[in-house]
Amino acid sequence: MNDETPNDRGTGAWLRSGLPWIWLTAGTVSFSLIMVFGLLILITLRGMGHFWPQGVVELTLDNGERVLGELSDSETVTAARVRGLGIEVPEGQELVDRYLIKTGNRDVTGSDFRWVTALHVTETRHPESVFVAEREEWGNFYGFVEGIEENGEAIASGDDPWPEIAARMERTQALRERIEHIEKDRMGTVNYELEHLRLRTRELELENAPADHPGYAEIAADRAALDARYETLAAELGTLYEQIGRDTLIARTTTGEVRKLSFAKLVRVFQPNAMGLGAKLVHYFDKAAEFVADEPREANTEGGVFPAIFGTVLMVLLMSVFVTPFGVIAAVYLREYAQQGTLTRIIRIAVNNLAGVPSVVYGVFGLGFFVYFIGGSLDALFYPEALPAPTFGTPGLLWSSLTLALLTVPVVIVATEEGLSRIPRSIREGSLALGATKAETLWRTVLPMATPAMMTGLILAVARAAGEVAPLMMVGVVKLAPSLPLDGNFPFLHLDRKFMHLGFHIYDVGFQSPNVEAARPLVYATSLLLVIIIITLNLAAITIRNRLREKYNAAEA
Amino acid sequence: MRESSPRERLRLLKDRLFGLVMGVGGVSVIIAILLIFFYLLYTVLPLFAGATVASQGLREAPAKSPPAFVALDEYAEIGFTVGAGGDYRFFRLADGSELAAGDLLAAASPATRATAISAGAPSERTVFAGTADGRVIVGQASYQVSYPDDKRQVTPRLGYPYGTEPLVVSKRGASLRLIAGQANDDEASVAAATGDGRLLLLNVTRQTSFLDDEVTFESNRTELDLDGGDVAHLAMDIEQRELFVVSTTGVLTYYDISNKAEPVLVDRISVVGEGVGVTDIALLAGGISLLVGDDQGRVTQWFPVRDDHNNYTLAEVRSFAPLPAPIAHIAPEHYRKGFAALDTAGNLGLFHTTADRRLVVEPIAADSVTALSMSPRAHAAIAVSADGRYETFDIHNEHPEVSWQALWGKVWYESRQEPEYIWQSSSASADFEPKFSLMPLTFGTFKATFYSMLFAMPLAVLGAIYTAYFMSPPMRAVVKPAIEVMAALPTVILGFLAGLWLAPLVERELVGVFLSIAVLPLAILASAWLWPRLPGAVRHRLPDGWEAMLLVPVVCAAVWLSLELGTLIEVTFLDGSASHWLHTAFGITYDQRNSLVVGIAIGFAVIPTIFTISEDAVFSVPRSLTMGSLALGATPWQTAVRVVLLTASPGIFSAVMIGMGRAVGETMIVLMATGNTPIMDLNIFQGFRALSANIAVEMPESEVDSTHYRVLFLAALVLFMVTFLVNTLAEVVRQRLRRKYASL
Repeated sequence: MNDETPNDRGTGAWLRSGLPWIWLTAGTVSFSLIMVFGLLILITLRGMGHFWPQGVVELTLDNGERVLGELSDSETVTAARVRGLGIEVPEGQELVDRYLIKTGNRDVTGSDFRWVTALHVTETRHPESVFVAEREEWGNFYGFVEGIEENGEAIASGDDPWPEIAARMERTQALRERIEHIEKDRMGTVNYELEHLRLRTRELELENAPADHPGYAEIAADRAALDARYETLAAELGTLYEQIGRDTLIARTTTGEVRKLSFAKLVRVFQPNAMGLGAKLVHYFDKAAEFVADEPREANTEGGVFPAIFGTVLMVLLMSVFVTPFGVIAAVYLREYAQQGTLTRIIRIAVNNLAGVPSVVYGVFGLGFFVYFIGGSLDALFYPEALPAPTFGTPGLLWSSLTLALLTVPVVIVATEEGLSRIPRSIREGSLALGATKAETLWRTVLPMATPAMMTGLILAVARAAGEVAPLMMVGVVKLAPSLPLDGNFPFLHLDRKFMHLGFHIYDVGFQSPNVEAARPLVYATSLLLVIIIITLNLAAITIRNRLREKYNAAEA
Repeated sequence: MRESSPRERLRLLKDRLFGLVMGVGGVSVIIAILLIFFYLLYTVLPLFAGATVASQGLREAPAKSPPAFVALDEYAEIGFTVGAGGDYRFFRLADGSELAAGDLLAAASPATRATAISAGAPSERTVFAGTADGRVIVGQASYQVSYPDDKRQVTPRLGYPYGTEPLVVSKRGASLRLIAGQANDDEASVAAATGDGRLLLLNVTRQTSFLDDEVTFESNRTELDLDGGDVAHLAMDIEQRELFVVSTTGVLTYYDISNKAEPVLVDRISVVGEGVGVTDIALLAGGISLLVGDDQGRVTQWFPVRDDHNNYTLAEVRSFAPLPAPIAHIAPEHYRKGFAALDTAGNLGLFHTTADRRLVVEPIAADSVTALSMSPRAHAAIAVSADGRYETFDIHNEHPEVSWQALWGKVWYESRQEPEYIWQSSSASADFEPKFSLMPLTFGTFKATFYSMLFAMPLAVLGAIYTAYFMSPPMRAVVKPAIEVMAALPTVILGFLAGLWLAPLVERELVGVFLSIAVLPLAILASAWLWPRLPGAVRHRLPDGWEAMLLVPVVCAAVWLSLELGTLIEVTFLDGSASHWLHTAFGITYDQRNSLVVGIAIGFAVIPTIFTISEDAVFSVPRSLTMGSLALGATPWQTAVRVVLLTASPGIFSAVMIGMGRAVGETMIVLMATGNTPIMDLNIFQGFRALSANIAVEMPESEVDSTHYRVLFLAALVLFMVTFLVNTLAEVVRQRLRRKYASL
């Protein structure tokens, strides 16, 4: 179309040729593409960057103050805005650079972040000896090592304290793992069984069992055994806690304040400015592994997202278990058994349109119908001993996966139907002509051929379910679940438990956490994880769909 | 047909079984899906079910003097009456048997006679008796609940929180003709009209000594100036701050008595027309609104309204559908803004003020009723007659506060200056007036939809036309899936980016953002003009249909340019801060999380939907049409606009509709990228609260089966219906289009 050069025909003709308008429409595509890829790049950069050990800068300000921390953001703003914050800017200067420094040391200064205006900075240094400590509470610590104490007595460690620190960190780490094992696994089991005993007692009471019922004695014996186990564990824990509190790191902040950091509260200690590339890479993957495999710390703003990944995956798997058979059966019924008439067409349109109903509506339905109606009835029938504390009459894993199954079943139906409709008539007729019954035709030839279509539907359903948050907020997701819905206590899979979810994690940490600024990098990382999962699923679905089309084109030819 | 072996029979059986499973399974899945609609409807419908009043029959409960006051306990099992003579009685409603009885003035000198009986706020369970010698006694009913043998047993008792000795109102000892009082743990106030034509106010504060917990009462007496005529009715609010006096001529005087020593007359107004008499007054729960019943059978609601100069005047807020005969008694509910009214012909009506509804009118059996009362939970009422007979009623009135008007119209809420649309579903206090106007939320939803469509529609539709019609196939094979992937991005991520990344960015670069709306098209047009003028060697490197690729750097550069230019303009002309300038120059407030940000974010979420469907519609326009048009000499653009676009327009329409459906129901983005304040303001720089976000925020906290819960279900049903209808319309249009293509 632009081969006919309108070079000499003037602007009027150029406009009439429609070429500018074609370019304008092309521009909208470019703009959309920029948005999509820009967004993906933004999430990727920020999400991946989260784990990289940032260098620590020490800024000296013109009033003599020193600021030590990571440079987390910088921007150019108009002088008026800065003046509005009460910062003096010389007349005539209209634009000001400013840096957001993550200064950490929340226990010392009260906040993690600080804006510094560039024109107040007189000196920028990257001191080698500065160290960063990731702590279990109060966020990061930035400062310099002064010494090490063991049971309150200073330890001489020569010129370089770092081998000593590393050794002690390792020891603390080992102790912490043992404590965690006792607290989470073994004590958790004891508590779970104690709760079980309480319910059994209540059950007996509800049955109006006489006081000399053998059940009571049994329970008392079990309880005594459990109490004894608990005591042993508690004693063991006590010694471990004593041991873990042995070492203290003496550190000095850039303003000269000396702090004692107990090793028990330190997660990771490193010297970012002294690290080589190799050490940084090790640190990077270490942090990334922590993010994927560890529990969250500090109100979800630090640490990992493992429970959220686990919850998301488990919920989606359960949902698939519900949605696949039902979606496929409904599709087979609609396509193969139902009489093709107006009613079927209406149903098809209705099913199709349900995919467009806002997800929050499904959440409302799930809460009202599954949780309160069905869950409430189940509780009254099967769990009277736990009442008034609800078992299934409260949001939980089962209801979440059922709600999402309902939300995604139209996707599976539509995809399976499409797959069924693509199977050439000849194949069906061939099978029937050979004497197979309708069921045999379906089971042996049609359905196997439609499997890729079902897979596509299922993958799309899973991708949609993994990203949904609004309905889950009503039917089972929590910001911090005390225990995973799958554990070593019978019956292992706890369908009534609440769970954590990546999408909700993003919402919660990004918008409900007290320290949004500090949590932001983590939210980017979580977003990246979720985007990767969902895009992979979608690309898988698209690939399968394309393969499928080729296969049928071949079959039809 | 043919002889069947057992194996054959088994096969046939299996076949049938398979069919059965599919049939049952399929139908049940479809039913389960349709269940959503019916369950939502099932939960919503009770909102609109009316109230019922069922009489439990007339029973005898002889009293010494005709009852002037009646009240019920929490469970509506025990009645409590106080006779005009000061005698009181607790009795079981089921059979009228007496549980406790006595005389309010038992501890006073035997000569003291009760001359006036009055009830405090029903939730306080207080009753006041004025005496012929100018004194008043405060009684308070209490109900002790115990569970001997696991059965509930309620023991009623009358207490005297301000002592058994009457408090002096009139030092001169004038007889009290009419009284109104309130008492709580800290203080009690009583207003009394005396036989000698004065209006007195007594305030008693309870002083507890720090040393020995000894309680003393400190009294304060004032006389109010009274020139509105003889007092016919008195009412005091539960906070003991307002006093309402109605004269025999129907003039209402409103005193501010928050300073007990110096009461202030705030307003005086005639509340009924000429020749109409006021028959009863009562304060609504919460003590803000005054209900005035007249002899025409009407009940009107009044409350003080503040004007712009902070002056309060009484305003007639609403008048309810009348009862057939003059109003005899008004009994407010204890916690909700509803009340019962009885007329002299024995018609009992239930009303609700916020909803402006007369819920039900039911004739009752009792006659010459002297007192009427509602139970604390508003599930029962009692009327007592002068002869000591009483009639109780079972009331089913779960959701009186909802009406079409209350949901969708302007409602004049208590303490407001004028009728308004307000959504405010909960508050800390029990007698709070819930404000369930869905208008601000619906408005918010439409605002989000409008701005997001404004952003998404041109981009998606134009992009679809280009992609389907002008773009080269290899590039199309990349672009289409890329934009489809965009559809799969979880909205929680878009919301997060919109709220925490885009919103601050837009605030900082506001001028640049608006500038880019102009700069972008200009830059594209400039490249369109420049490109054909470039030497052929450069031009031929890029084949036809790759313009979009070429424009990517152009668009990037244009955006960068507008942002730089924006900063420059901001510094030079707008004093360095555009949002501040907006405020000072136009009075426009700028929220960081505003409709502009939400529009872009939701627009981003719906672009792929609109794009994919319109692209399909444009792409499937039969080639014969376009070829014909081009052969007749039309330019590609003319063909695109007059042939392709026209033919595909129904498809594009349905794409836009489906996109709109998605924007209407979008939850996470609006939740995260707006301030979620339910205001009605078209300003693009302000936030809003959408139906969907409101559901997500409030649903988990709402009490099951409460009005709030059902109204949220209603909001969900509205969303469901809107999206379902929009999608169905789109689907029907699309199917028609498909048939049309098939015939071309």
